[in-house]
Amino acid sequence: MTDFAKGMAQGLLSKIKDASSGKPMCFMEVCGTHTMSIFRSGIRKLLPREIRLVSGPGCPVCVTPVGEIDQMIELSLLPGVITATFGDMLRVPGSTYNLSEARARGAEIKVVYSPADALEIAENNPDKEVVFLGIGFETTAPSVAATILQAHRNKLKNFMVFPSHKLMPPALDVLLSDPEIDMDGLICPGHVSTIIGARAFEPVAEKFQMPCVVTGFEPLDILQGICMLAQQVSRGENMVENAYRRAVSWDGNRRARKIIETVFKPADARWRGLGTIAGSGLEIRKKFRQLDARRHFGTREKTVPEPKGCQCAQIIKGMALPSSCPMFSSACTPLTPVGPCMVSSEGTCAAYYKYGES
Amino acid sequence: MKASRVLIDHGSGGLATKELIEKIFLKRLSNRYLSRLEDSAVLDGKSSGRIALTTDSYVVDPIFFPGGDIGSLSVHGTINDLAMQGARPVALTLGLILEEGLLMEELEQVATSIASASLDAGVPVVTADTKVVPCGKADKIFINTSGIGMVPEGISLGADRARPGDMVLVSGFIGDHGAAIMTSRANLSFSSGINSDSAPLHRLVERLLDRCPGNGLRLFRDPTRGGLATVLNEIAQASRVRIAIEEEAIPVRAEVISICELLGLDPLYLANEGKLVTVAARECADQALEAMKETEEGKHAAIIGEIMEVKKASGPRVTIKTSIGGTRIVSMLAGEPLPRIC
Amino acid sequence: MKVTAIEGDQDDILIPPVATVEARGVTSRIRLDIVDRMPRVGDYVIVHAGFAIHTLAPEDARKSMALLQEMAGQTNDNQPR
Repeated sequence: MTDFAKGMAQGLLSKIKDASSGKPMCFMEVCGTHTMSIFRSGIRKLLPREIRLVSGPGCPVCVTPVGEIDQMIELSLLPGVITATFGDMLRVPGSTYNLSEARARGAEIKVVYSPADALEIAENNPDKEVVFLGIGFETTAPSVAATILQAHRNKLKNFMVFPSHKLMPPALDVLLSDPEIDMDGLICPGHVSTIIGARAFEPVAEKFQMPCVVTGFEPLDILQGICMLAQQVSRGENMVENAYRRAVSWDGNRRARKIIETVFKPADARWRGLGTIAGSGLEIRKKFRQLDARRHFGTREKTVPEPKGCQCAQIIKGMALPSSCPMFSSACTPLTPVGPCMVSSEGTCAAYYKYGES
Repeated sequence: MKASRVLIDHGSGGLATKELIEKIFLKRLSNRYLSRLEDSAVLDGKSSGRIALTTDSYVVDPIFFPGGDIGSLSVHGTINDLAMQGARPVALTLGLILEEGLLMEELEQVATSIASASLDAGVPVVTADTKVVPCGKADKIFINTSGIGMVPEGISLGADRARPGDMVLVSGFIGDHGAAIMTSRANLSFSSGINSDSAPLHRLVERLLDRCPGNGLRLFRDPTRGGLATVLNEIAQASRVRIAIEEEAIPVRAEVISICELLGLDPLYLANEGKLVTVAARECADQALEAMKETEEGKHAAIIGEIMEVKKASGPRVTIKTSIGGTRIVSMLAGEPLPRIC
Repeated sequence: MKVTAIEGDQDDILIPPVATVEARGVTSRIRLDIVDRMPRVGDYVIVHAGFAIHTLAPEDARKSMALLQEMAGQTNDNQPR
């Protein structure tokens, strides 16, 4: 298998080189799993020098504003509350501390793999209130919606979701409209596309004359995606292409979208680094208000300024590299993170630090 | 034992303690030292020489996991710490802190496990102590074991002894213990056939030192907390070298790769409790590999990389060549590996 | 992951349908509430956070691989040109 993979990689790299032929090209990916795969496989150093890869806002944890994280931490410290969360959230810094530190102060926090596990915790702990932190893009939102539906049907009284989901297409629109951004192509997210369909990127391709390729997470998938983008650029095209047919269809997963719509409705949401984006978040519909942790606890998000000197906002937009942040690898390290880009395992700064890119 | 749970009384030093010690521990762990129940074990000394001494505490959760439990782990882990310095383990101490309310049945299971591991390894537990703390002040059971061993003449090992040109070897599949722990924790709804690799390594080390005399073997390390990546970084720093490993050469079970993919974990950072890393001079690397492959615990051993000169600009570091021919750095673990979903 | 067993019905309101899936020796029980097409035993599904998000027919996997090979300039017998 080794030689096979290396052979394939070589084949794709030479096609990329042919397509770019010295012309500088910049491609952005907006999916945390793509970020990790690119770094883990060491692809950057294999690509021709003229091809630059930039990581955009693909990490749902990284784009959650500090004020919202503070709200979650505040909830977790309430007596009688069990906070169930994906592991990703545990070390994200709020304005004073993070969930892991809240746990050290007595907060009952359980790491789960699935929102369905959080429901089970609620069923097994009827005297506690279980709050599930609903983070993630369109890949995760449907499973949270399905869990809310199940809790509602089963008339579960002690389970709630703190909704903090974000939607990708509205953010892409805002991001690419920024005159400072200079991108030649978009590596479209893998599993977000499974839900929303490859067609969801057509407006982006058209409005910004931007080649878009949906691709998978294996290093070879990513090389294939870059190859297709480079070829489109060289031919002056701007289409949406799907190179991840085993997981993504043109139309996406209608059933999942319908379930999202049943439980959630689009709302304005604040994105770290991008500001408030209309219709880019999800709020729980009134019908399911008993399961809405925000309503139940009446928490309100305080607008908290970004930590002083933190460049996460610029880095999320792909407009600055971690190395340009004065705190990178000195004051801001995975052990002492200042901003989420460093602490989330999908964050750009964490990836740069861990994989030694400079 | 009449009581079905551990009570505060069992730690008071009186009759209840005596009953616990006799019925749970002496019944399983008796030897001429422990059975005397003196304040200290006085060991028959032989020659003078270098004494290796180590201590470790075990707080693993859950206490029972596929392939072992906190008991066997506490025996293997401490024996291995001695073995990594080339020491022949002589004896172990056993200190237990029990939480009031711990099921006696569970304590019996752990005691059986300790006895079994000790017997298999041929290293006796010569002195022990138990304490009981109130409910909520400990998580079921905490164990501390210390080990004492003798280091034969002429053995000189250290993390600072790796030299450019040396080869890096591992004794088998990486990540088994960490993956077994992850899959057996509640809230993570997977099952797999992955067992912890918890095992004593002193016999393997002895065989290796025998097969590669002189200073052909520079060091041994067992990649426990922090995994292979952490140990390699420690070696790189201590020896001031660059370590280059190959992804395809590192033995990892398919199930472990699968779990890691599902949970967003990296096998390089998962704990191992029955594996060692060694650095061998180039001329004896093949013999070392052969020596390991002849054993049960080392049959999947492999050469995974080599030691190179450090580049002034970048300093000591560990790099890995990926499956598609790319290169990246392998850094130290920042904190506990957490499942990554989003 | 490959589906090895299925319980329940996507239209059953009270008991959500669940599949047992397997990949390289790891098994898991995952929910089928949001999957696009109900899988049959033997189908492969993409799993995320304990839920199946897509069912593929083995044909999709094969086609995907063929496309990748073509792009990489590999001939049918997997030899690079």
